[in-house]
Amino acid sequence: MELNPLMIFIAAILTHNIALSYLLGMCPLLAMSRQTNTAIGMGIAVIFVMTITAIVNWLLYHFVLIPSGSEIMSYLVFIIVIASVVQLLEMIIEKFFPRLQSSFGIFLPLITVNCTILAVSLFMVLRTYNFWQTVLFSSGSGVGWALAITIIAAIREKLRMVSDVPQGLRGAGITMVIAGILSLAFMGFSGMVDIQ
Amino acid sequence: MRLSKIFYTRGFRTFSKGFFKENTVCCQLLGLCSALAVSNKVENALAMGLGVVFVLIASSFLVSLLRNFIPSQYRIITFMIIISTLVIVVDQFLKAYFPLISKQLGPYVALIITNCILMGRHEAFAAKNPVSYSILDAIGNSLSYTYSLLLIASIREVLAFGTFFNIQVMPANFSPWIVMAMAPGAFFLLALYIWLFRITAKLQPEKEM
Repeated sequence: MELNPLMIFIAAILTHNIALSYLLGMCPLLAMSRQTNTAIGMGIAVIFVMTITAIVNWLLYHFVLIPSGSEIMSYLVFIIVIASVVQLLEMIIEKFFPRLQSSFGIFLPLITVNCTILAVSLFMVLRTYNFWQTVLFSSGSGVGWALAITIIAAIREKLRMVSDVPQGLRGAGITMVIAGILSLAFMGFSGMVDIQ
Repeated sequence: MRLSKIFYTRGFRTFSKGFFKENTVCCQLLGLCSALAVSNKVENALAMGLGVVFVLIASSFLVSLLRNFIPSQYRIITFMIIISTLVIVVDQFLKAYFPLISKQLGPYVALIITNCILMGRHEAFAAKNPVSYSILDAIGNSLSYTYSLLLIASIREVLAFGTFFNIQVMPANFSPWIVMAMAPGAFFLLALYIWLFRITAKLQPEKEM
């Protein structure tokens, strides 16, 4: 069935959120969600890298790997593409947008090992998306992840002012609980659009 | 050498540090994505855990062996290539012998590549230490990841499907907790697990929330 790319975009943000329903990108979600500013910076970096790598990987997969019959190498190719795109973006920002460096550039090296980036490329292969579907799926997933981390960071900031969390639950534990409740809330969107 | 002396050797301490004291999932907070995502059934958790055990031991061995030849500015990409080659092996093995599990795990097998346990241990340990200790560290850490995964998976499978390792254990009129099979259940259980582990291990609590 040919899915409308726009539907995939909305589904990737709300009903099939990559952080809250596929449980991906948890490590940065825990580590970078202390403050809203850092969370937004990380979120924007993820949107950019995710969209660019998914497009490059789609082109490589369909025009290089399939014709040469070496789909087995796809993991290796994808991860090298991700690492090099991150490196390239880092150099471009350093050279042309030095002002962005402090707010955006510092997050880039962390992204190489962010599992959401690789996961989007893998999902795109698994679900046999075409080019436009891939573009909107990857950007939608990025926006969805950024949305999740921003909401969690905002809740954590408020929580620090008003609550008295049990000692052992502080930090990682309570963030997990917040993410769990948020994921319950996002389940309310299910049924709006369906992709599979 | 008396048996009790083993507990004081560097090798044993290296192993037990990863296995008990600094449990990868609870204390170092590594590898959480897969710990949450594949812990819905025990068989999935077991396959994932064994995959990580294999990849971490083999890649720690290689990284530690090559540690004096890898230039430090290219080390991340070298680790990545070593890890992803090994993950391809695991993925093909699962596809050939356990096609059902491979299908259920979906992309999560390939996501072992970006599992932070691997990068974390290579950066923190294998790239600086001799081969024998690196392997012990890898065994300790990967086994602690595996038992954490199995623990969470057994609770989730019993509550969500009423089965354990696909064998019915709950009475027939037990109504399954659907939420445990889905994302929120995983979050809440992992939060509880981290909490309990930190209380029993008497760890210093985090200052910030």
